[in-house]
Amino acid sequence: MAHGHNSKEKVVFVGDSRVKKNSMVNIPPDFTSFPGKSEAFIPYFLLKEWMVGVVVLVGFLVLTIAHPAPLGYPADPMNAAFIPMPDWYFLFMYQLLKYPYVSGDYVVLGVMGIPGLAFGALLLAPFLDTGKERRFYRRPIASSLMLLSLISCVYLTKVSWDHYQHQLEESGTKPEHIVREEKAREAYEKGQPAPSAVKRAKPVAIVAEDDPAYGLIKQNCMACHATDLNGGSGIPALRGIGDQFSLEELHDVVTNGNGNMPAFKDKLSTAEIDQIATWLSKQKKAAE
Amino acid sequence: MFKGIYNWIDERLDITPMWRDVADHEVPEHVNPAHHFSAFVYCFGGLTFFITVIQILSGMFLTMYYVPDIINAYASVDYLQHKVAFGGIVRAMHHWGASLVIVMMFLHTLRVFFTGSYKAPREMNWVVGMLIFFIMLGLGLTGYLLPWDNKAYFATKVTLQIAESVPYLGPYIKELLNGGEIVGAQTLTRFFAIHVFFLPGALLALLAAHFFMIRKQGISGPL
Repeated sequence: MAHGHNSKEKVVFVGDSRVKKNSMVNIPPDFTSFPGKSEAFIPYFLLKEWMVGVVVLVGFLVLTIAHPAPLGYPADPMNAAFIPMPDWYFLFMYQLLKYPYVSGDYVVLGVMGIPGLAFGALLLAPFLDTGKERRFYRRPIASSLMLLSLISCVYLTKVSWDHYQHQLEESGTKPEHIVREEKAREAYEKGQPAPSAVKRAKPVAIVAEDDPAYGLIKQNCMACHATDLNGGSGIPALRGIGDQFSLEELHDVVTNGNGNMPAFKDKLSTAEIDQIATWLSKQKKAAE
Repeated sequence: MFKGIYNWIDERLDITPMWRDVADHEVPEHVNPAHHFSAFVYCFGGLTFFITVIQILSGMFLTMYYVPDIINAYASVDYLQHKVAFGGIVRAMHHWGASLVIVMMFLHTLRVFFTGSYKAPREMNWVVGMLIFFIMLGLGLTGYLLPWDNKAYFATKVTLQIAESVPYLGPYIKELLNGGEIVGAQTLTRFFAIHVFFLPGALLALLAAHFFMIRKQGISGPL
């Protein structure tokens, strides 16, 4: 063994490895740095902290069951009436920017000046408040500045929230997640399924697939318009084509072609083109 | 058997000193809520971490269903909240946990401030703690857009307008977050990436630094 437990070696390794043997092995720290009933972190103290954690966890789970997370209606950029609102912990900054001397021409003061000063001071607090004194009542400047900031934050948040409530009342709107919840509850009381806010365009179905004309479509059209008749880049879908063109127009396009669409008058008989055009004109989106 | 496994690993990696350091370090009486009820204020830091763990776990489960694109994002949130078993609970935990973590962190910050625990030699740990605070605010901001409902969309639009009004850098910040001219598909994927990868990565690194410094310096003494 290259690295045996030879105490004459300067560095002792664990097993045949490069892991250095720690010389402090198994020496528990002495508990004399603080007076009183100190105890080890694991398991004694962690158990007590877990007790506090359990109380918080129960309260938290009760909250999650009593109040489902809000969900409004899908984002609609065209919705001009929606009143924008950030999450509650950003409201104080949001409200600050509504005052005249920190917005408009002075907006730099609002987005950089005041928040920069406040958060900068908070970030660098240990280098600004360098005295040895720890008790807050012996540090009047630091403590009063902190209290003042707290009061301003609470005040700004409250003003912002009240203003939002006022806006809602004035415009006669309810927050969307509440409207949704109410509709879901109404539906539930009537025994109906909950209304879904998700709207999906249903794929257009192929009409009259058992028609003999469908065989002609398979032979002549699917090479370009795709086997599912959904078309491709620059090539229109044939599903629902009857909503866009009349029988005569379809007849004309198949006979004479149109742009990239080749003419079929030499390949197919008039009767066959009739059949295809008639079938295509039936391809209309089903009424919902 | 556990002792056997422990010894097997210890022989190879010498983990005992590390484990002794984590488990046996002294926790003084003045922070122990079993001895002084008022010492519960010293639990706010631990509770912040507890809620953070809940956020990470619930977020991991949410990403099993969430789809970060503008067509499916709302529908996937709607589906996981109303159709998936316990999906509503998991989403509510993530939603309310986001607020609770801010509350707990706020209380923890106030405790540290008013007990003067940020003073020498713990200045660096306070700075790291404040950076964690900013990361958390960033997580709240980016997570707000992800359900892609009207509230999310218009709040983000306003946020980006505010970011744009920062002198010189504003337009660049806005474009970086927006991923283009409008709040749209790119914005959603960027906010998703920032919310799920960038910020949590930074958060874990800062938390590791925070805890390492606490272990190294010990807890501040009684007042």
